[in-house]
Amino acid sequence: MSERLRLTVFAAGVVGFGAVLVWGLAGLPSFGDFDGRYGQYLAHAAVPERHATSAVAVTTLDFRGFDTLIEEFILFTAAVGVVVLLRVQRAGEEVPAEPDAVRQPTAHSGSLRSVITALVGPFLLLGLAIVVHGHLTPGGGFQGGVILMAALFLVYLGGTHMRLGPFRPLAATEASEGVGAAGFALIGLGGIVVAGAYLENFLPFGRVSNLVSGGDIPLLNIAVGLEVMGALLVVLGEFLDQRLLMRKGRL
Amino acid sequence: MSFLPYAVAAWLFVIGLYGIVTSRNLVHLIVCLSVVQSSTYVLLLAVGYRTNATAPIFADISTSRSVVDPIVATLTLTDVVVEATVVALLLALAVQAHRRFGTLDPNEMGALRG
Repeated sequence: MSERLRLTVFAAGVVGFGAVLVWGLAGLPSFGDFDGRYGQYLAHAAVPERHATSAVAVTTLDFRGFDTLIEEFILFTAAVGVVVLLRVQRAGEEVPAEPDAVRQPTAHSGSLRSVITALVGPFLLLGLAIVVHGHLTPGGGFQGGVILMAALFLVYLGGTHMRLGPFRPLAATEASEGVGAAGFALIGLGGIVVAGAYLENFLPFGRVSNLVSGGDIPLLNIAVGLEVMGALLVVLGEFLDQRLLMRKGRL
Repeated sequence: MSFLPYAVAAWLFVIGLYGIVTSRNLVHLIVCLSVVQSSTYVLLLAVGYRTNATAPIFADISTSRSVVDPIVATLTLTDVVVEATVVALLLALAVQAHRRFGTLDPNEMGALRG
């Protein structure tokens, strides 16, 4: 299809789509006038019923907890999908999943490396704070997990390598992903065993706005944080391996 | 200007689609797809907004304050996660496509197929 014909077809489609879209949007409540009873009920039930001050976290992990479980598995499956798609081409090649040889630093800049190394600690701390305060303030496992991933990724970006001995980073990230996904499901099962329904809270609620409050929500946040961090690190690791393969002239 | 957020959502959707249609590079195409998807965040959050309401976080406000809808916020969170996974999978497919065709231009891939 020529560029011109393609644009003509696109323009015709956009005109039709635009008409339907305007028609649909016209039926929405005017911006700011939304009166969702259900949402208001959930927002104002969060503190009395769950002793957690972030209504978004309560909605995500309690009222819609089952959806979030599925969402976690979507992330898990996608990470596995990326691994399957990219790792297959490593089969039969002598490039191992984790190169045994010492990786050459990506940049020979001492100041860059010291700045990046200095940032790792604060990033880790920030990520942890966002995860464990997820039931109190904006944040939670998904957001904090991404920051934790960035903290560990900085180690790689710094171009330095660490002698980790028997500790294999790739295995650890995969384990973190698995533990996070399984942890969420197991906390849900705990609800069946102790409280009678899946994902039903079975822990003491604690005092509102304490760090330890909200029942199982902080634990669920930690599970989600581990899962998100692990999944993103696995995906990034696979893409970086591709770069390594390309450098070796195999792609 | 009560319609402006909806207009932004529609604009993001259409401009992202335009980028996809005219894309000459798979990575660019995937970024355009994420622009299309970001229009859904704007739309969701715009739907849940209420005038003079604040975020549904009761850490430092009274529980009787008027707050915006928390459900659309969690839906947006789901949306962001799904987008991240979709982008990761598509980028992996782009790597495979580059390996097979030696190019990232969707047009040339079609030409190679004959």
